[in-house]
Amino acid sequence: MATELAPAPSPAGLIVVRPRRQSTAAWPLVDRVGYWLCWATGIALCLIAVAIVLFMLVKGISYLRPSLFVQSPAPSLQQSQAGGFLDPIVGTVILTALGTAIAAPTGIALATWLSEYGRPPLLARAVESAIEMIAGIPSVVLAIFGLLVFSQTALGFLSQKAANGSVYGRSFFAAGGMMAILALPLIVGATREALSQVPDRMREASYALGKTKASTIWHVLFPAIRPGMASGVALGMSRIIGDTAIVTILLGATLTNEGVGSLPVIGTLRGTGSTLTSYVYNNSPAGEGNAHEKAYAAAFVLLMLVLALNALVTRLTGGRRERASGRSGDSRLIRLGRLVWTR
Amino acid sequence: MDPLIPPPVRRIAVERDPRIAAPPPPGANGAETAQTPLAAGRRRMARPEGIGARERMRIESVWLAYGENWVVRDVSLPVRQGEVLALIGASGSGKTTLLRSLNRLTEVTAGAARAGRIALDGQEIHDLEVNDLRRRVSMVFQQPNPFPMSIFDNVAYALAEHPARGGRRRRRSAELEQAVADALRRAGLYEEVAGDLGRSALKLSGGQQQRLCIARSLAAGPEVLLLDEPCSALDPISTATIEELIVGLRESVAIVIVTHNLQQAFRVADHVAFMHLGDLVEYGPSEQVFDRPTKQRTRDYISGAFG
Amino acid sequence: MAVPSGAPHRAPRRAAAGKDQRAERTLGALAACVLLLIAAMVVTVFINAWPSFSHNGLSWFGSGGDVDTQLRSMEEASPLPGHSPYYFRAWPLIWGTLLTTLLAVLIALVVSTLAAIFLTEFAPRPVRRALEPVIRLLAGVPSVVYGLIGILALAPFINDHLISNARKASVAYVVQLNGADLMTATLILSVMITPIMVALIASALSVVPITWREGSIALGVNRWRTVVRVSLRTARPAIVAATVLATARALGEAIMLAMVAGSHGFPANPLDGITFLFEPVRPLAATIVQASGALTISTVAHTLYAMAAVLLVSAAMLSFAGWAAKQPLKRYGIRA
Repeated sequence: MATELAPAPSPAGLIVVRPRRQSTAAWPLVDRVGYWLCWATGIALCLIAVAIVLFMLVKGISYLRPSLFVQSPAPSLQQSQAGGFLDPIVGTVILTALGTAIAAPTGIALATWLSEYGRPPLLARAVESAIEMIAGIPSVVLAIFGLLVFSQTALGFLSQKAANGSVYGRSFFAAGGMMAILALPLIVGATREALSQVPDRMREASYALGKTKASTIWHVLFPAIRPGMASGVALGMSRIIGDTAIVTILLGATLTNEGVGSLPVIGTLRGTGSTLTSYVYNNSPAGEGNAHEKAYAAAFVLLMLVLALNALVTRLTGGRRERASGRSGDSRLIRLGRLVWTR
Repeated sequence: MDPLIPPPVRRIAVERDPRIAAPPPPGANGAETAQTPLAAGRRRMARPEGIGARERMRIESVWLAYGENWVVRDVSLPVRQGEVLALIGASGSGKTTLLRSLNRLTEVTAGAARAGRIALDGQEIHDLEVNDLRRRVSMVFQQPNPFPMSIFDNVAYALAEHPARGGRRRRRSAELEQAVADALRRAGLYEEVAGDLGRSALKLSGGQQQRLCIARSLAAGPEVLLLDEPCSALDPISTATIEELIVGLRESVAIVIVTHNLQQAFRVADHVAFMHLGDLVEYGPSEQVFDRPTKQRTRDYISGAFG
Repeated sequence: MAVPSGAPHRAPRRAAAGKDQRAERTLGALAACVLLLIAAMVVTVFINAWPSFSHNGLSWFGSGGDVDTQLRSMEEASPLPGHSPYYFRAWPLIWGTLLTTLLAVLIALVVSTLAAIFLTEFAPRPVRRALEPVIRLLAGVPSVVYGLIGILALAPFINDHLISNARKASVAYVVQLNGADLMTATLILSVMITPIMVALIASALSVVPITWREGSIALGVNRWRTVVRVSLRTARPAIVAATVLATARALGEAIMLAMVAGSHGFPANPLDGITFLFEPVRPLAATIVQASGALTISTVAHTLYAMAAVLLVSAAMLSFAGWAAKQPLKRYGIRA
């Protein structure tokens, strides 16, 4: 039965069987039903997503006119004809910028403290729990809390005073502040995840060269985790852009962005306005405008904006070639899952 | 013959089977078979080929490939119940691949290909339903891998999922309990765990876990048991226990064991197949392969010239 | 090695340690500030909720009268006869919240688990690569867009095709059925919370040790049963975490539900049979949004803060329930 050692390169004359994925034909019926259900849900999810995108595409493009981008909303009886959504777009940009400007440094600093320092441990655990709690708080609750805070007389400079002396409490500042809290958990989570991926030997190498911890963090770690930080910030931004409750309650719900006072930038930030989200809400049957066409058009723009931002996040998290933990075989979706599930 | 062949530490002692003739006393064979250190002190009866051993699987001219690499080339072997077949060879010799092809586990890897014929009780295994085949030809892996369940659930696992029962799991029925107890006894684990079968299987020691895996494989009543280096992750005492277990099981189940440990092969095997770089270099009864190998390469491997 | 002469050596280590300590203290202070802010928020919400609770007692959670009437009476500062200005019975809202949240989470749990199994086990590679961006897309759609689609597309569809005129007539004396109802709300809510659950469960399924999966396959157990008996069991902590996360999301969803679930705070009655699915509901969070215009009035404000307090407590209880559900699994070596 023994063969000589001279290797024959291929089995001449014999049939080669390359087995394919095993069929489920011989499975019991119960198992086959489960298998088909899995396929059905997968296909159904695809169909739903396609339906949503197509629907918004069709409706949005049919009602989208270039003039909408440059005209401010104008109150009129013929809502479907008059005005565009320039102000809401500007409002979205301002609010997102403000919210991110507050949340990004805070979030990164918090994540760095939690990951690199974390003493005393009790404080660290408390902060971790607090961040997790924020992630679970509905944005409505944040909104009405924000109203309470910014209605205090002491903070009247951040919005405007009404005729009877009480503080209005609704402004870009107020909404921006609360939006920052909204985005904080995402930024903290992404930055912590990125920091945990940096191998310890990088830190040790820097300490061995005599660098302080702060210097190490600033000069070594931050450049290394730039994609992770950026993706966290982008996630936070897309969360801010997509939120409506805080805007509805804290931005005053005026059609146009009305500044307060004479200072150029601060005046706008102290004033009220609208964003794309509140614009869509107000123009839908749930709001007062009842102009479906404008709602569709604005919703389409909003959707494209958010999807573009999420695609950017994907590119940032998926583009990394080297992964310290060796989980390079994972799909981006699964990495997204781990990112959100921060423990 | 070869002063480099290390003498065995111990041969497994087994009760003498009266049907088998006693081996010739040492030295009676004449000059051609000078007694080697390997043969000295042997107490185990090797079962002469063909007597009392029933052929269970037949491997005929099997070629196995991953992608375009032929990992196993033109191997033919019989697998018999009542004896232990050891596949030995250096890393990369294809022995593990050959073992995994016996229960079609190679198909899980994309790009695997096979030529030749492997028959279980005369039936080509490719024609059998794959899950049915795997219940009849069961495998124990190198790393003990008990499921994160209780000991009872682990052993009952294959039984509980048997589609013949309509897929219904009848927990703790008397039938199931009996089967689990039997399997644990055959694996030599029953006394140690009988007190609490609901304990987590992960709390057992390494040797116990491996015996649990063997019990799990035995529970479904397989005809062939495949062992892929079962003791390489275990300490010597657990290894000895499992080796005794293996030899004890050989009457009821055909056993194929892959091992890179030559001493282990010597201790437990009745037939040995030596593979090198995908080819079957030598196959024969273990005394013949270890004491009087016919090929130079076998001699080199056994004497430790490479490995 | 020659020592450079001239410039005196500073003591770098001490200066560096000082810098480090400063950095650590600053960051620690920042962390403490954030913590205080969160704590202050929780405390403030409860303080402002107290008047509403104290005037209504435990029957705040009970039923009695129409929520919309009660809110309107607060807005108009004309208390209902025989009741305090804070009179409020939140049961219809609580019931609406429970219904939409539990039903949506139940549907999403089943769908997500099946989809996650599909993604990790059965989907061929090209299908998997197509499905992942789909899930990410669904996760990224803002809730107001979901609400728009719901109110302008799904609700009319349900109204025209699923609710017969006879059914509408049968309950017309109590409530209007117009498609903005429990079914629409639940369906859209399920779609909203499915993506994140799929991501989490698929992530957990993908890290089940291959030794277990291979061991099960080698025992002759087919892929479906292997997934159900081994992988799902191992992934149970993740499934619990995903459910908690999804429930929290569903609880807090305000805008989409405000647009879609019906503007009538009506307690849908399961004894109505199939009509139950078509009755309008209004969950707590949606009510806060819809009544927020009148937040300047103190009675309304206190009532809304009371609702927010209920939401906060529910979110906290959810977190705890999730933690508690994972403890027994540690016994069998399934680590979260």
